Amino acid sequence: MSAYTWWLAIGFLVLGPLVGALLAGIDRILTARMQSRKGPPLLQPVYDVLKLLEKDTLVVTHLQSLYLWGFLFFMLISGFILFLGSDLLLSLFALTVSGIFLCLAAYSTNSPYSNIGSARELMLTMAYEPMLIMVALGFFLVSGSFRVSDIVQGSPWQVLQLGGILIGFLFVLTIKLRKSPFDLSASHHGHQELVKGITTDLSGTDLALVEIGHWYENVILLGWLYLFFAPWGLAVALPISIVLFFAEVLVDNTHARLTWSSALRVSWWVTVLFGVTNLLVLPLIGHSS
Amino acid sequence: MFPIIFLMGFPLVAGLAIAAAPDAETRGRWVRLSVALIALVSVLLALSSMGEAPRFFALGEGTQHGFDLAITAASLALALVLLYFCRRIRPREWYIPVLILLQTGLMLAVEFAAEHPEVEHALYVDSFSALMALIIGGVGGLICIHAIRYMQDYQAHAEGISDRRPAFFFMLFLFLGAMFGIVFANHLLWLFFFWEVTTLCSFWLISYSGTEEAVRNGFRALGLNLVGGVAFAGALVWLTMGPGLHTWELDRLVDAGSTLALIPAVLIAVAGLAKSAQLPFSSWLLGAMVAPTPISALLHSSTMVKAGVFLLVKLAPVFHGTFAGFSLSLIGGVTFLVTSLIAVNQRNAKLVLAYSTIANLGLIVMCAGIGTTATLWAAILLILFHAVAKALLFLGVGTTEHLIGSRDIEDMEGLVYRHPTMAAMLLVGVLGMFLAPFGMLLSKYTCFQAFLTVDVMPGAGVLLAAILAFGSAPTLFFWSKWMGKLVAVPRSAPSPEPKIPRDEWIALVSLTVVTYVACALFPLADLAFVQPYTQALVDSGLIPASADRIPWETIVLMSVMLAGLFTLPLAFWLRRPQYAEVSGYLSGANVSGGASFRGAMGLERQVESRSYYLQSFIHEVPLMRYALIGSALLVILMLGAGL
Amino acid sequence: MSFLKKSPWVLHYAATSCNGCDIELLACLTPLYDVERLGIVNTGNPKHADIFLVTGSVNEESRKVVENLYAQMPDPKVVVAIGACALSGGIFRDAYNVYGGIDQVLPVDVYVPGCAARPEAIIDGVVQALGILEERAKERKRQRRMVRA
Ligand code: SF4
Repeated sequence: MSAYTWWLAIGFLVLGPLVGALLAGIDRILTARMQSRKGPPLLQPVYDVLKLLEKDTLVVTHLQSLYLWGFLFFMLISGFILFLGSDLLLSLFALTVSGIFLCLAAYSTNSPYSNIGSARELMLTMAYEPMLIMVALGFFLVSGSFRVSDIVQGSPWQVLQLGGILIGFLFVLTIKLRKSPFDLSASHHGHQELVKGITTDLSGTDLALVEIGHWYENVILLGWLYLFFAPWGLAVALPISIVLFFAEVLVDNTHARLTWSSALRVSWWVTVLFGVTNLLVLPLIGHSS
Repeated sequence: MFPIIFLMGFPLVAGLAIAAAPDAETRGRWVRLSVALIALVSVLLALSSMGEAPRFFALGEGTQHGFDLAITAASLALALVLLYFCRRIRPREWYIPVLILLQTGLMLAVEFAAEHPEVEHALYVDSFSALMALIIGGVGGLICIHAIRYMQDYQAHAEGISDRRPAFFFMLFLFLGAMFGIVFANHLLWLFFFWEVTTLCSFWLISYSGTEEAVRNGFRALGLNLVGGVAFAGALVWLTMGPGLHTWELDRLVDAGSTLALIPAVLIAVAGLAKSAQLPFSSWLLGAMVAPTPISALLHSSTMVKAGVFLLVKLAPVFHGTFAGFSLSLIGGVTFLVTSLIAVNQRNAKLVLAYSTIANLGLIVMCAGIGTTATLWAAILLILFHAVAKALLFLGVGTTEHLIGSRDIEDMEGLVYRHPTMAAMLLVGVLGMFLAPFGMLLSKYTCFQAFLTVDVMPGAGVLLAAILAFGSAPTLFFWSKWMGKLVAVPRSAPSPEPKIPRDEWIALVSLTVVTYVACALFPLADLAFVQPYTQALVDSGLIPASADRIPWETIVLMSVMLAGLFTLPLAFWLRRPQYAEVSGYLSGANVSGGASFRGAMGLERQVESRSYYLQSFIHEVPLMRYALIGSALLVILMLGAGL
Repeated sequence: MSFLKKSPWVLHYAATSCNGCDIELLACLTPLYDVERLGIVNTGNPKHADIFLVTGSVNEESRKVVENLYAQMPDPKVVVAIGACALSGGIFRDAYNVYGGIDQVLPVDVYVPGCAARPEAIIDGVVQALGILEERAKERKRQRRMVRA
């Protein structure tokens, strides 16, 4: 932990939403272009959230806001840990807890759409969680530490050593970003059978909190992706990770939604085939630590 | 030494006195008094052994001999009692008396062997056993208090079940006494005796109601635990007459290390697996659900299953770095993975708890089999957190069942609004089980690190870590969806429901507080009880010293998270946002708020939604069958690797 | 300036329409008109919506739904009636079972005529609604301030 990482972590707390909003804005423009539309302005996500903050908030139960605070709080903690260069597993844990709080918020409203949304969200958590752990374990095996600051200074070959894990991670990234074919819990296009799934009964400020939370989450995920390439230095690693990040938009626009059972099955198979296998053969590819 | 003798002996005396109490009122008072005494002494003992090195106690020549004789006599009496109970067995349970006879025969062979090892220190206390005593005295005691009122209601509801409450409380206290015996006995024969007493107590308590189902499940528990008992007796025979190690003392056995002690250790491990309900022995714990809730709570949290893992953790230095130890870990791993998956299928709250107990014990067994400083540390903390949180959950579910008349998770919908206190306690329990930053998380976290550095064979560590990763995911799912049901706002206004009875309230609130305190003061427990224990093992060269301590910043970050969990509700309560309420979204077809909607043909229909139980995805029966076969093979592998 | 203008989220409900207007409405989302470039999103959920777009002549069944949806929209909000049916009942005006016009059940702010209403007209209607929305937002803010004071 140096002064630099402290600045990074604080920078995440302050600028995280802005970066996240830009990512979301680019995402929306890209999607529009792929559908040969012009798309919204870059800052559209920011306008959306500022508007939501202006609006009244209707709640089904007052407690739902409490759970949303929990969601945002743990999201902040997760990113803070990551950018502080501290423990990757701990960051992952906080991320999971934050996801559970979001589900609780939706569950607490007890409307059928929210219920289905949150149940599916939990199922997706169950689907991607093992793979995310594999990522942390993979980093541990190549760099000998769970600490982000050590991973960043790992060997330049770690991407190759962790090739399988990277594939697995990109796979679950689709789930984490709630992209098709895994947009089971809250579809981006609301006028569907699921309505808005997990966020159906959130409105105004509550919904704005969720959006801000997702912005932070996107930054965190981009951070995770960046870790794979980090030893190559910022100038190379950041563009690569951003390109890979937006490759998810392509996947989003070219796939139909899967059922929950196939989503679960497929992601666990990917975890085993790419994640676990990669870890098992890692000693053969050579340790660097 | 006095507190140890007190803890081992007093429950028996208290149990007899309580059984002889003239009426229910007096009985209740005496139970409370005895529990208070036991808890007080265990706290004092724990305080006095904080951070201490292990202390061994030698009894005088005469005293020890007297005790020896008494225990031999009591063992024989125990065997006779068990045989007497066997009058109710079915033909296909023929193996039970056979096992009893076999075990007694082995015992007698050991007792009257031509020459047997001398026991220098019959009793001991180290920081681990002091912590165990704290758990047994505290959690076990609170369960006894909860039982006072619970059993009153139970008897009132249950028709045709004869009221055997005096004997019931006697058995409870006997159970606690035996547990204290297990954690303090260094003399293996005594340890074995106490071990068998817990088997007897669990059998009697499970079949308490006397219904056919209860009796069958009782015998199942007895049979499976006897298998473990025979293995234990086999270990004693080896230690008495075998070619290698020659001792009746636990500390010598552990000190002997894997080269000398592996054979008896794997045999005892089988006993430990049976007692802690690991696959392939786990069916007895599920059958134990028929017993009244306090019994389930007792079996699941502070006693019985904890005896099994206690012994496994004790023996961990022997397993360290051996293939047998790795097989043991795998058994734990398979158990953890399979039971976590199956728990997703369950709607019955008690069954969810039962499967999660087995899963958590599996995790502890995984740690014990690896036996490094870090995993032992994780295992002991898991024992602590699991005991507290699980007792709270079991008692909570029991009380909830009395309040709402069901133990189905679906029926607990909206408990936060219907019974805020009760729900808050259940939530604390659930959070303590899997979310509390200091509980499961920390242990799992340490496990990952420790597993990856295992070098028994290539890929072993990755295998264990992968099992842990895949097993944790369903855990997350089933706890969260349960919480989801609890926090859901009821669709229609709740009707007023009965209050929580006082004794149950005391037990529940204390356990809630204890869970909180255990989480908040976790570093203290670590410093006072866990580190001295592992340090002593490291100092005597039994396990390698390791540098992978949790770094301070991790602890700080976790404290921040915990503080957040505390302060967010507080902040919310102080500055409640003023929002307007509106009913849930039902495509605009709402009729009465969010409770009903206008369906086809204009009919009003009630809104219903159920959780996912993934029954089409996780098939309990075949999964269990494969797991049984697999784990049985692993047990054989472990025995093979040891022998 | 209020951000409502930059991010109007709409809810579309067909209150017994012939679906002609609805198809035109959905056409606004297609690449040709692409209302998302104005920040307009079809939410399909009253709790997220700012502008309620209703088509059709409203009968007893759809009246309840329209009212429910309107009640579940958080303030500030506006209602835009689209198509001849929604304005006055259109060709169904004389049918025994219709109310004839959304304004019979909800306070309508903008009327978009046409049978079916053209996408350009619909977009224009939404843009006009934005002005009203902004007025309401200001009003709402003033109310809130007064409540606090
Ligand atoms: S206005 Fe015309 S097109 Fe629109 S719903 Fe009515 S009849 Fe159909």
